[in-house]
Amino acid sequence: MNKQELKWEINPSHSLLDLKLGELWAYRDLLILLVRRDFVSFYKQTILGPLWFFIQPLFTTIVFTFVFENLAGISTDGLPGPLFYMAGITAWNYFADCLTKTSTVFKDNAPIFGKVYFPRLIMPLSIVVSNLVRFAVQLLLFLLFMAYFYFITGAHFQLTWVVLLFPILIILMALLGLGLGMIISAMTTKYRDLSFLVTFGVQLLMYGTTVIYPLSAAIDRYPKYSWIIKLNPMTTLIETFRYGFLGKGSFSLESLGYTALLTVVILLFGIVVFNKVEKNFVDTV
Amino acid sequence: MSNAIKVENLSKAYQLGQIGTGTVSRDLERWFARIRGKEDPFLKIGETNTQNSKSTRDIVWSLRDINFEIEQGKAVGVIGRNGAGKSTLLKILSKITAPTTGKISGQGRIASLLEVGTGFHPELSGRENIFLNGAILGMRKKEITRKLDEIVDFAGIERYLDTPVKRYSSGMYVRLAFAVAAHLESEILIVDEVLAVGDAEFQKKCLGKMGEVSKGEGRTVLFVSHNMSMINQLCSSSIYLKNGMLELYSSTKKAIDSYLAESTATAHKNLEIVFNENESNESVQLNVFKMEAHFENSSDFLSSKDVNVQFGFKIFEKVLGLRIGFEIVSPSTDLCVFRTFHDDDYEEMLAFEPGEYVLSAQIPKDLLNIGEYFIYPTIGIHNIKWLSFKTHQLHLNIINIGGVNNLYSDERPGVLAPKINWNINHGKI
Repeated sequence: MNKQELKWEINPSHSLLDLKLGELWAYRDLLILLVRRDFVSFYKQTILGPLWFFIQPLFTTIVFTFVFENLAGISTDGLPGPLFYMAGITAWNYFADCLTKTSTVFKDNAPIFGKVYFPRLIMPLSIVVSNLVRFAVQLLLFLLFMAYFYFITGAHFQLTWVVLLFPILIILMALLGLGLGMIISAMTTKYRDLSFLVTFGVQLLMYGTTVIYPLSAAIDRYPKYSWIIKLNPMTTLIETFRYGFLGKGSFSLESLGYTALLTVVILLFGIVVFNKVEKNFVDTV
Repeated sequence: MSNAIKVENLSKAYQLGQIGTGTVSRDLERWFARIRGKEDPFLKIGETNTQNSKSTRDIVWSLRDINFEIEQGKAVGVIGRNGAGKSTLLKILSKITAPTTGKISGQGRIASLLEVGTGFHPELSGRENIFLNGAILGMRKKEITRKLDEIVDFAGIERYLDTPVKRYSSGMYVRLAFAVAAHLESEILIVDEVLAVGDAEFQKKCLGKMGEVSKGEGRTVLFVSHNMSMINQLCSSSIYLKNGMLELYSSTKKAIDSYLAESTATAHKNLEIVFNENESNESVQLNVFKMEAHFENSSDFLSSKDVNVQFGFKIFEKVLGLRIGFEIVSPSTDLCVFRTFHDDDYEEMLAFEPGEYVLSAQIPKDLLNIGEYFIYPTIGIHNIKWLSFKTHQLHLNIINIGGVNNLYSDERPGVLAPKINWNINHGKI
């Protein structure tokens, strides 16, 4: 073994631009094991097991259909209500789960972080990947819905080529949730109030995103203010998601490009802040 | 030999009091000072970490200007009172928290064991937890796979390998956790007092493994413990931290002596009683009662060494039936361990002729268990009066370094821990 390679140094501070990605790679096995742990421990000793992954989006869709489509009469772009909502909820849930779970990562893992060192970024990453498993299960439910409405009720919708962008959409949603979550988690180590903000902030943000209404309806109704909704990167992602799978919604490469750029900026900022806080957070939590 | 760890001017400041209120404004103030290139207003120079004196600032230095080097392959103990900075030092070395100033450089992978079983998940099986815990400690998966048998064997949990660890006994749990950590392939091993857990047999196994690690495999070990006996057994040299500063870095024996001399000196440094006048009468004048210290100015005494006590008195006229003695009491149980007099084996009453006397006695070695005791002089004239009866007390703290039960060094119940003769013979009764 070459001893020279193993030299290390511990300093009070380090360069902000050092993202420590190499170290992250060395711990890739830990990432996999943590994801496995999350998944196994989630359904152990539950009766329904992984079925729980279905229940939440299913019931949310039913409630949304009753309240927003039938009672409030909000447009669903000519799509069957349940399908429209299910698309929004599936995508939104993934982003929201990534965000909320990442935002408490320091607080939740303080006992481990206080006793052993490993690149802290592993934890938020494992959350994002664990949620991906959950997202996949919910996506399956969505595909079942699509099949049902297409073959049984004969609803009109079709896949478009945009569906090929789907992997990019997932990555963008994950990174956006991760980046925002890391920024919030870094700040909550000192200012606890922020964690209260997250829970209800995410709820409110859902109404600022096109989950329960199409972007076209928002533009119709509030032509002057709809740019706020367009600024929200999640709007683009959900609209693109719907356009890809259901053929309705708005899609433009410019807005997708804007979202991608914003995501990268937020992510980089998140990593920098996160790496800065991880050095001393044990003293304040 | 090259240095495995080199620590230079290491300091760590902590914020005292409530963190949370006013932090935004304080953060802004610190940030503003920093961008103007000034010194951080909250890191005032010169405050040491004395926990009982109130400081004007709510910043305290948990470590202050620590410098030391550790050679590769050495086992070094870290001793000091609670709050002396031992844990902080380990935390910085294991990269859990960053130092405020200074730097540490070194060579080789560090594995730190500040706690056993970090990250164990109760729902997962023993096998799954070995992998998870190993990965948390920095092992690659294939490395763990290679060592799995060895780990399972060391922990002795083969039958339960696929049972969730929540069904484990606490002993099994700890054994498994230590086994994982003990098989880390690192050049530097940092161990906090994790060995305090587990049964005696396993403790011995761990000690053996750690000794093997430092001596046999040439790995560097840094070991924190309050158990002087373990430190003595494992480490050739030790670092003695006091109030966040490095007081001494020397051979373990010297460091322990210095630590023990200091540790009780402030609280109970009295080793002698000077009697006052009302404890004398016309024929006897009591002067002094003293104990001979094992460590300078310390009331710590080794269980493996006799404790010498001495009485000094003066006889003016012949006195019959003067009895000099003392009593040992265990304050934790309020139990009198024994009372003894100088004439316990006399056949008849003898008289003291006029003159000055020194009477000495030994509290035998290998008798008292470790812990605190009071010693009371009990001096009187038979059937007439007590000259001094439990009006004064001295304090003894019995410690065990290399005494009875040196092999396992676990704490025993009871006030006595005598050395008992054991014989082993072949055959049947």
